Amino acid sequence: MMTAAVASASSSTHRQNIGEVILAMENISLAFGGVQALSDISFDVREHEIRAIIGPNGAGKSSMLNVINGVYHPQQGTIFFKGEKRHQMDPHKVASQGVARTFQNIALFKGMSVLDNLMAGRNLMMKTGILQQALYWGATQREELAHRAKVEEIITFLEIESIRKTPVGQLPYGLQKRVELGRALAAEPSMLLLDEPMAGMNVEEKQDMCRFVLDVNAEFGTTIVLIEHDMGVVMDISDRVVVLDYGKKIGDGAPNDVRNNQAVIDAYLGVQH
Amino acid sequence: MGPFIEVVLGGLMAGVLYSLVALGFVLIYKASGVFNFAQGAMVLLAALAFARFSEVMPMPVAFVLAALLMVGAAFVIERMVLRHLVNQEGIILFLATFGITYFIEGFGPQVFGDDIYRIDLGMPKEPKIVLESMFDGGILINLEDFIAAGIAAALVTFLAIFFQKTATGRALRAVADDHQAAQSVGIPLNRIWVIVWSVSGFVALVAGMIWGSKLGVQFSLVLIALKAIPVVILGGFTSVPGAIVGGLIIGVGEKIAEVYLGPIIGGGIENWFAYVLALGFLLFRPEGLFGERRIERV
Repeated sequence: MMTAAVASASSSTHRQNIGEVILAMENISLAFGGVQALSDISFDVREHEIRAIIGPNGAGKSSMLNVINGVYHPQQGTIFFKGEKRHQMDPHKVASQGVARTFQNIALFKGMSVLDNLMAGRNLMMKTGILQQALYWGATQREELAHRAKVEEIITFLEIESIRKTPVGQLPYGLQKRVELGRALAAEPSMLLLDEPMAGMNVEEKQDMCRFVLDVNAEFGTTIVLIEHDMGVVMDISDRVVVLDYGKKIGDGAPNDVRNNQAVIDAYLGVQH
Repeated sequence: MGPFIEVVLGGLMAGVLYSLVALGFVLIYKASGVFNFAQGAMVLLAALAFARFSEVMPMPVAFVLAALLMVGAAFVIERMVLRHLVNQEGIILFLATFGITYFIEGFGPQVFGDDIYRIDLGMPKEPKIVLESMFDGGILINLEDFIAAGIAAALVTFLAIFFQKTATGRALRAVADDHQAAQSVGIPLNRIWVIVWSVSGFVALVAGMIWGSKLGVQFSLVLIALKAIPVVILGGFTSVPGAIVGGLIIGVGEKIAEVYLGPIIGGGIENWFAYVLALGFLLFRPEGLFGERRIERV
């Protein structure tokens, strides 16, 4: 059922061709004290593609996303982004390079409305200074209106018109996930990192989310890196999959190749030693 | 009836000033989760600076300079203290603000002198008697207090609008809600902290000027500023309206207690009434009047 819904969604839009490597992770190692979260992992992400990171619990998937996003700084390895070597960088700097993300345990601004959450997502594009804002001069007002127009487009795109003024803390889980995606999209990112965007959702919500992810990729050409547990979803929507287990890379390639990879099957089903 | 209204009015005026100091606490707590014990010391520092600057230069220049000094203090505090304590426990940040408090309380008077200094804002001092036709003997009011209340109200309104309507205000609220998410949308925490500490410093300056013009600038300002702690407990740590309403309740409450209960159980109630009231709130409504109630799922 899921496959059919997703297939029809993806066929309705025209995808942009997958391009050059936009992000290259080379020999990344990350340890917390004595715990080796990632060991010597290399993989790349190409422009306009949907790249999935999968693996059992504790495999290091979220750690990898946090490395890309600048939350964690790996002890070893190099990151190339848009052709340039990236130096150690804080998350807000990474964001300013066009990388937006969502979190495994929804991290919205709970006290704020949906609209304000999305507007906050455009923070990097707000150019007027703090003193000018304090006086709420003409330029500031025009800027707010322009951003508001863009945010309204995203609200329409995600079909959340009816909740735009609701404080997000009051929304059900599935909608909060959608709003979080909206906040990331509001930044008009070139790369989107999604940490388990469909976790805890029912089938219908998952279908909606798949459709949004595919549409974002097709319409805006956004490169997407996602972590997901639902194998059906991963196999359906991703172009390439990297598989982690105990902090090591055990597979990398097109969904079908990965599916038939013996190491991956062992990691998921367990193997007798 | 006349004397009662006088007592209430007097309490409201004191309450406005408590609110101003409490507002500084709330701003910082909201944006960084730090309970800033140093807010009282910041009031003292700002008032001292303004008093001494205005001795040698026109008042507007002294005001701007004192405001810049508070912004400078915010920069130094962020760089020397907060930046190194990111992600530490709340109690550690709280204790760090103790350090800041005693540093400012020692350093401020060392630089600016430890006498009692006058601030003369040119506000009318002589009391007025109004509503003589309605009450026997009329009601005694202080015009200075009304002007002070007006200034405080204007400041609070301005801050409320700034927080609700502007991009920076939104960023401040975002940081208050979730540090990690705020960073992920490109909000730099360090800059936001400098901004809130600066705004709190500015609020401290306004509070210090008004207190100072009533009582003179002296070390005991720090003790008065401590009253802001029961105020935020009453109003809720995260609520700007709570700081205002809490300040007014405590201001009025302690004056009424002093005047009407004082003769029965002995004077000096004013000194501890606020703290007992806060204790009662902690027992029965720990989130305060307007604070967010945290519902944890088990």
